[in-house]
Amino acid sequence: MSLLKYESELREPLVDGNKTYHQVTEDIISPIEAKPTRAWWIGFSISVALLCFGVYSVYRETAYGIGQWNITRTVGWGWDITNFVWWIGIGHAGTLISAILLLFRQGWRTGVNRAAEAMTIFAVICAGQFPIFHMGRVWMGFFVFPYPNTRGPLWPNFNSALLWDVFAVSTYFTISLLFWYTGLLPDLATVRDRAKTKFRKMFYGLASFGWTGSTKHWQRQESLALVLAGLATPLVLSVHTIVSFDFATSVIPGWHTTIFPPYFVAGAIFSGFAMVQSLLIITRKILHLEDYITIGHIEAMNKVIVLTGSIVGCAYLTELFVAWYSGNPYEWWAFRENRVNIFSPYGWAYYGMMFCNVVSPQLFWSRRLRRNVMFTFFMSVIINVGMWFERFVIIVTSIFRDFLPSSWSIYYSPSIWEIGFYLGTFGLFFTLYFLFAKFFPVIAVAEIKHVLKTSGESYKEEMGKMERMDTMTFVSEEVGESHH
Amino acid sequence: MIKSFVVGTFEDEKVLFPAVKHVRKAGLKLHDVYTPYPVHGLDKAMGLRETSLHTAGFIYGLMGTMIAIGGMGWIFAVDWPLNFGGKPHFPLPAYIPITFELTVLLSGVGMVLTYCYLNQMMPGVKKHHFSPRATDDAFIMVIELTGKSNEEEIKKFLADNGAIEINTQVAEEGWWFGRYDREQTLYRSDEVLA
Repeated sequence: MSLLKYESELREPLVDGNKTYHQVTEDIISPIEAKPTRAWWIGFSISVALLCFGVYSVYRETAYGIGQWNITRTVGWGWDITNFVWWIGIGHAGTLISAILLLFRQGWRTGVNRAAEAMTIFAVICAGQFPIFHMGRVWMGFFVFPYPNTRGPLWPNFNSALLWDVFAVSTYFTISLLFWYTGLLPDLATVRDRAKTKFRKMFYGLASFGWTGSTKHWQRQESLALVLAGLATPLVLSVHTIVSFDFATSVIPGWHTTIFPPYFVAGAIFSGFAMVQSLLIITRKILHLEDYITIGHIEAMNKVIVLTGSIVGCAYLTELFVAWYSGNPYEWWAFRENRVNIFSPYGWAYYGMMFCNVVSPQLFWSRRLRRNVMFTFFMSVIINVGMWFERFVIIVTSIFRDFLPSSWSIYYSPSIWEIGFYLGTFGLFFTLYFLFAKFFPVIAVAEIKHVLKTSGESYKEEMGKMERMDTMTFVSEEVGESHH
Repeated sequence: MIKSFVVGTFEDEKVLFPAVKHVRKAGLKLHDVYTPYPVHGLDKAMGLRETSLHTAGFIYGLMGTMIAIGGMGWIFAVDWPLNFGGKPHFPLPAYIPITFELTVLLSGVGMVLTYCYLNQMMPGVKKHHFSPRATDDAFIMVIELTGKSNEEEIKKFLADNGAIEINTQVAEEGWWFGRYDREQTLYRSDEVLA
């Protein structure tokens, strides 16, 4: 075997158990071929029900106007934009896992990248609904794109951060979708070649684009994945940077800060990984994929969570310090009275955010807690609640009381249709995720096979024996000519 | 084109690599090797050249950059100059985000389309699959039979080199429009040459 990458015996295996290539295929593909379980039907039905409620809420907003929501003259951005930023933040982990960890050669990404990328795409779909329907007259939504029109032509303002956002989010969605789907092609071909039923043969035959597994195709596939990863890495950083520009380029106290781009990106990765944990902990349990999504994978993601959580905590404190140190009375007032003051109308949101995002992830410094599945699941929910509070604090506490006390608004709380819209996106997200988990391989089969002989448990044991016998075992003549 | 092929199935990369080497040394016409995952170094062992897909991606990206800067510049400086609080008509820093996004967008989309074109892949395309195990757990080496080659000799050669299953198949080597739930014969057996 010429091309085994040397991997120390001390590293935790990425695939547990004694697996062959065929066993990997069986383990990951067979849930697709089985009838949906009762748990699947229950979950799917709840998701569809939520989605229906969401559709009705959006119908109300579209038919009767934005007055169906409780947003006011000052609080023009309420739950809708909070939820937009929240979902788009969640949609950052998938590309981080698939692109940045690919460039960093992190082997553990292979177990989780497929589901994380799918989650990214679904989260971005959910995020997109909010600004689109916040336009009010949604049927004119295409006005945001620059195209020759009969109104002048009237062009959008390219200096506006909101227009940058249109480009950033739509590019991000497109690239994530392409990255995800090109990676899926070989695995869909695997399902196609195993298919017994007529429908499955036809469906996966269409979906796999006639993939054969030719060496030349694999070569192009790898080149494509690497370049897309190189493109997606700055892209994923740019998207949340530009989302933060929506706020940072304004003059509103609490928004007008230069710390926003890095702080938003760290927060996005933080919440995205939390969502990946929530989904994968359930997925691995229900589909019996514990051998592929191991405790090691969960621990690795918890390490990212503790890192990004600490960056976010540091950013909160820096922001607070600079608000005071800047000497800008409006900025300091926004922080002192609208946020830190626990008796102010939204003080609860600020302390909720501080507790969930700054204090709680610090528990992950403990190895025992990082490797505890139940605790991780619990924390992943806490973190996403905290990240929702963060966006709510940033948006609402900054605008419900601004420069002029005479234009302060009354206490903003959402209407049932605003809440319904948010619940509806949960419905959409989980409906899509349930369909994905049923009809698509949730783990990248080909990529697991690629790392199986270097990082699979049984193969590592074998290699470990060789390693102890002779350190020169791995220096063979062919290694020199092909170092990938 | 419809041709005859000798198909050898391998189960181990360790056996596959020397076999590829020997096939090339023996001067046989190696059609392709089908693998369930990207076997690193196999392209080099087979003597395939490096793909230029990334160069295409670079060119598409450059197009995106130029379209973005040129488009925004033309719109705001030539077609409809608007005065935003006395700001310049060609504010380059404000154009950076959209320029970057369009660069990435065109590069990514262009590369994927090129990839599908080069691989001849799209929904509705059907190809001959030499073995269903190629997407599961085996490495399928396919050798084309030419006028000069001796089928039995090649079979024996593959067996000596560790192939666990060997057969001869007559197949269309390109692609056609078709569905995977339908069996199709694109040729009559007496059409086959060699």
